[in-house]
Amino acid sequence: MSAENTELLINLVYVVSAVLFILGLKLLGSPATARTGNLISSGGMFLAVVVTLLDQQIIEYEYILAGIVIGGLIGAVIARMVEMTSMPEMVALFNGFGGLASLLVGWAALSVALLTATAINPVSVFTLVTIFLSILIGGLTFTGSVLAYGKLSEKISGRPFVYSGQRVVNSLILIAVLVCAGLFIQDPSDLNWLYLAVALSLVLGVMFVLPIGGADMPVVISLLNSFSGIAAAAAGFAIGNTLLIVAGSLVGASGIILTNIMCKAMNRSLSNVLFSGFGAVSSSTSTAVIEQGEVKPLSAEDAYYILEAATSIVIIPGYGMAVAQAQHVVKELQQLLEKNDAEVVYAIHPVAGRMPGHMNVLLAEADVPYDLLLEMDQINPRMDTFDVAIVIGANDVVNPAAREIESSPIYGMPIINVDQARTVFVLKRSMASGFAGIDNPLFFKENTRMLFGDAKETLGKLIKAFD
Amino acid sequence: MEIVFLMFIFVLAIFLGFELINKVPSTLHTPLMSGSNAISGITLVGALALAGSAEQELATILGTAAVALATINVVGGYMVTDRMLAMFKKKQGGNAK
Repeated sequence: MSAENTELLINLVYVVSAVLFILGLKLLGSPATARTGNLISSGGMFLAVVVTLLDQQIIEYEYILAGIVIGGLIGAVIARMVEMTSMPEMVALFNGFGGLASLLVGWAALSVALLTATAINPVSVFTLVTIFLSILIGGLTFTGSVLAYGKLSEKISGRPFVYSGQRVVNSLILIAVLVCAGLFIQDPSDLNWLYLAVALSLVLGVMFVLPIGGADMPVVISLLNSFSGIAAAAAGFAIGNTLLIVAGSLVGASGIILTNIMCKAMNRSLSNVLFSGFGAVSSSTSTAVIEQGEVKPLSAEDAYYILEAATSIVIIPGYGMAVAQAQHVVKELQQLLEKNDAEVVYAIHPVAGRMPGHMNVLLAEADVPYDLLLEMDQINPRMDTFDVAIVIGANDVVNPAAREIESSPIYGMPIINVDQARTVFVLKRSMASGFAGIDNPLFFKENTRMLFGDAKETLGKLIKAFD
Repeated sequence: MEIVFLMFIFVLAIFLGFELINKVPSTLHTPLMSGSNAISGITLVGALALAGSAEQELATILGTAAVALATINVVGGYMVTDRMLAMFKKKQGGNAK
């Protein structure tokens, strides 16, 4: 086949791949078709890779093979071994790999471009800008994601890290990036600017995630997800590959939508999440809003009597359920309650857990049917019809301070109104405040009962009482 | 002209992405993220040509590293998404396991 025909074939197959990606995403619109969608999307990827190997530029296959075998093995092992509770940190890590890959592609594209460039026919400014962008976005996605991975897996503290002069430092870095971009485009053959760009992008990623606390991680992961797509699209511009642009933009758009949903669910703007450490702000205001009352502890036995008499129960899971790995006992309790002729549903807050949809995956793992999981807007109007609301390891997302106390840092955030249920059980390790460090008036309400202890153990006791 | 052509594709794809993803229910947001993660491994396609061109040692080394990293994304991303989606079941007849 002639070189021209081969190129035509490759690009035609790219069109097919793009269609398969789009169809795959479309089928993700319903849990019933989602698995097929994922298969179709992977088919698109397979086609794209295979047809690219026909490219006549490629004359050596050993290195490609080595890269694919090593990467494939690592990917497969991680995908098999990872616990569902660790899904947020795994996604963060994968985002990082994607970012680094884009950085490397940008770099390699530059070195090839410089090789073929002549004095009369230099590398175009457009190509240089896109190479710079793929290095910059790729690099900051990489270090940002690795840091997010560290915070999520608790290898490093999840507390927001803020210092005075942070904004000044960040602004200086941004100015340095712009200056570096200018110098790089003016004289790309001076590799020092390239190295500086790589270094700055890596520093930028660290500075970007450092001040963000664990409870804000859903926003950050979504944003990094978006970046990994945009970096791929930038790399696509740099090497003139349309499929990279299409697939990268799809991912970029997806991440932006998720980021937006997460921000809305916290009633905060993106810049507020990114530039003000939440925990640090709230600790200073929390003393002012304490509405002390009596906390009413309840033994598992007494809780059993109430549950046995209840006919409708709503369960509100939070990050604490993931930490205690309690999803399977929750499901067990649900079955016992159902056997007792009670209706059991789950209410899921968009930012419950550490990434979008975190709770849904955990409950799916425990075989809870997805049609029992209701969103905040579906559950709130009928909250007062429930006999019992069981809060398992959730705190801020059920905190009525968001509705009632104007000075509270979470005031205005949409919450699940559990306090409107007839009785509220709160399963909680101790009286320490939640991740955001805000007091929760829910614990002092007339209809609230506290079940102290490890969520898994408490649920175990309840289940035993039913037997 | 090629710049305009590429920008066209970029802008249209972003709008299409918004339309598609807006229809994904929140219950599937985690698989959506890991699945789109796998798609962003498309960088692999760009890395292949750079790793195999044998024009320059540096490009080969960088390209090969990019191939390995992007493959982790592609293989790991699709596999873990499939593993997750297999767990989502409806109430009726869904409790087979």
